[in-house]
Amino acid sequence: MRGEFMRELEYPFDGELILKKSKKLKRALSEERSDFLEKRIAVLGGSTTHDIIRILELFLLDQGIRPVFYESEYAQYWQDVMFDNPELLSFAPDLIFIHTSNRNITAWPSVSDSSERVEELLSEQYAHFQLMWDKIAQVYHCPVIQNNFEYPFYRLLGNQEGVFPQGRISFINRLNEKFYQYAREHGNFYIHDIQYLSASYGLDRWADPLYWHMYKYACCMQAVPVFAHNLSNIIKSVFGRNRKALVLDLDNTLWGGVVGDDGPENLEIGQETPMGQVYSEFQGYVKAQKEIGVMLAVNSKNEYENAIAGLSHPEGVLKPEDFVLMKANWEPKSSNITAIAQELNILPDSLVFVDDNPAEREIVSAQTAGTAVPEIGTPEQYIRVLDHSGFFEVTSLSEDDRKRNEMYRANMARKVQQERFADYREYLLSLEMQGTIRPFEPIYMARIAQLTNKSNQFNLTTRRFTQGEIEAFAADPHYITRYGKLADRFGDNGVVSVVIGRRGTMADVDVYRRGERPDMESGRQDEQTDGKKTAGADVLHLELWLMSCRVLKRDMECAMLDSMVEACRDCGAGTIMGYYYPTAKNAMVKSFYQTMGFEKTDETDTGITVWKFVIPPDYEKKNTVINV
Amino acid sequence: MSREEVFEKLNEVFRDVFDDEEITVTDATTADDIEEWDSLEHINLLAAVEQEFGMKFNMGQVVSMKNVGEMADIIISQIIE
Repeated sequence: MRGEFMRELEYPFDGELILKKSKKLKRALSEERSDFLEKRIAVLGGSTTHDIIRILELFLLDQGIRPVFYESEYAQYWQDVMFDNPELLSFAPDLIFIHTSNRNITAWPSVSDSSERVEELLSEQYAHFQLMWDKIAQVYHCPVIQNNFEYPFYRLLGNQEGVFPQGRISFINRLNEKFYQYAREHGNFYIHDIQYLSASYGLDRWADPLYWHMYKYACCMQAVPVFAHNLSNIIKSVFGRNRKALVLDLDNTLWGGVVGDDGPENLEIGQETPMGQVYSEFQGYVKAQKEIGVMLAVNSKNEYENAIAGLSHPEGVLKPEDFVLMKANWEPKSSNITAIAQELNILPDSLVFVDDNPAEREIVSAQTAGTAVPEIGTPEQYIRVLDHSGFFEVTSLSEDDRKRNEMYRANMARKVQQERFADYREYLLSLEMQGTIRPFEPIYMARIAQLTNKSNQFNLTTRRFTQGEIEAFAADPHYITRYGKLADRFGDNGVVSVVIGRRGTMADVDVYRRGERPDMESGRQDEQTDGKKTAGADVLHLELWLMSCRVLKRDMECAMLDSMVEACRDCGAGTIMGYYYPTAKNAMVKSFYQTMGFEKTDETDTGITVWKFVIPPDYEKKNTVINV
Repeated sequence: MSREEVFEKLNEVFRDVFDDEEITVTDATTADDIEEWDSLEHINLLAAVEQEFGMKFNMGQVVSMKNVGEMADIIISQIIE
């Protein structure tokens, strides 16, 4: 139960306590759960990284990720990438973090340099980094997190440091902008914003030269927890562990006062009072979360009518229609949280609950497994606490993220529709569903990778892939890939299903039944035959089959199978092998292949089941309700 | 704060940092006496001591400090004012 978990690592945390007790904390975190996501993380430093790794490990464990680290020798970040490095190659990182700082800038301009010379220095310094990033993309195909540069702790040109091109602040600003441009142009490349972090922490303390000269640390020891926490947020977001929904109390959380007692007209919200302004700003912050794909829900002890009246306050920023779900009743808030998770088809550990009342926070925290319940502080602190917690750390902004709230609202409308039909098939037909099922295409690579990392429930093998790996599958003729999009009269659900199959022989079953997969390189040498049909590769092994729970029971899985069968026919494969690998979260698809007409051929001690489907000559399409 | 009290608090800090409840430090204790006390843990140790006593070592002190006794001397000289 998450309720039993320690809270020492939740923002706002006591960094010095974390530093001091890290060994004890690590032990406790490791014992808290068993379902860690294992990730191999290479930390390539331009300064000492020992304590950064030590504390980063704690925050990752707290986020459910168990890291294995590769640490470069002191300040060897560039050499480690640019020169032959069998150790890093065999480490096979899932992610590379490059920990550089302004201490690693070598091409600083001097005051006597001409503007042209400064330009040259800027290009030279940038090229040093770009060469390295390009090499990483070429060799390692994994996500990269790169620090930007923090401001220096002194200013030779005083307040004009940012004005004159020779000034270090000007140089850093322009270098950072080049880094950002690279990030805009390259997926899988993320900036760790230590410029913001050092400002927020306090630059004079952050850049304490004692730590550089004594230990070659780019920031002071006391800032390491803040640094590691911020970094862990990007990592968990890249690996699909972001939270998904914000669940809010109403009275004294979204406005001052109690709507049932004071009446909606007497609530503190709007520009009239200082406190009203604070709540308005907070409502604006919450409303903006929708734009980054966060779903909003209400969990309040109130009469439903009063909740609506409060949210309809003319000065309010949030309106009833901004919420996908409203639980305004007298049930315990923990029960409401469970119901909200169920109705949204997400797990309670995807929720963040915000309530001004410590007693309510305590109940939810103790009763609801995994829901985040931040110590939100006083109203003027709400935004900072939520923001710095990084629950919804943005690493990509997909169309789907921006539309998520509408999609879930459309889901609610479908439910109402469903109640009007006695016959389920009739209901499905009434949805006028349009499906698009195609091999992976460049514009959807990011979304596909995102889905492989965050789908837990409807996921047969729970294999996580980076965008680089997804692109490699799409390009490899051994693989048959399909993504599925689904739209209906209530809205477009976007990409909701992903299937990856590898062509091989029955002999490969042995590898898959162990929960492994054949090396991507293996067998590639005999793939010289140009045609689509390859002799000896007459079995399709389904390495991945997942679907977003928002389209459960819509027959999308039938349409996906139809498409795979068609692809098999085109390439001469007559048998499809499916595998189910049990996890703590995917019990719902335990019998999925049986439902789809597969026959069980094996079951291992670890609960892995193997399923076989011989495509009959007269295969009839299983999907009859979606127009593909 | 008496020298005994300083040592009592130092013991707590050492036990937390090295995660070993058995540690008891004396004037003569040095890095050689505690297995895990290497140059990297030293940074963490000093940060924890600074936090415990609400003081800061300057660079000269960090460089010249020879044993726990000298550490205690610096702490006492800084917190007595």
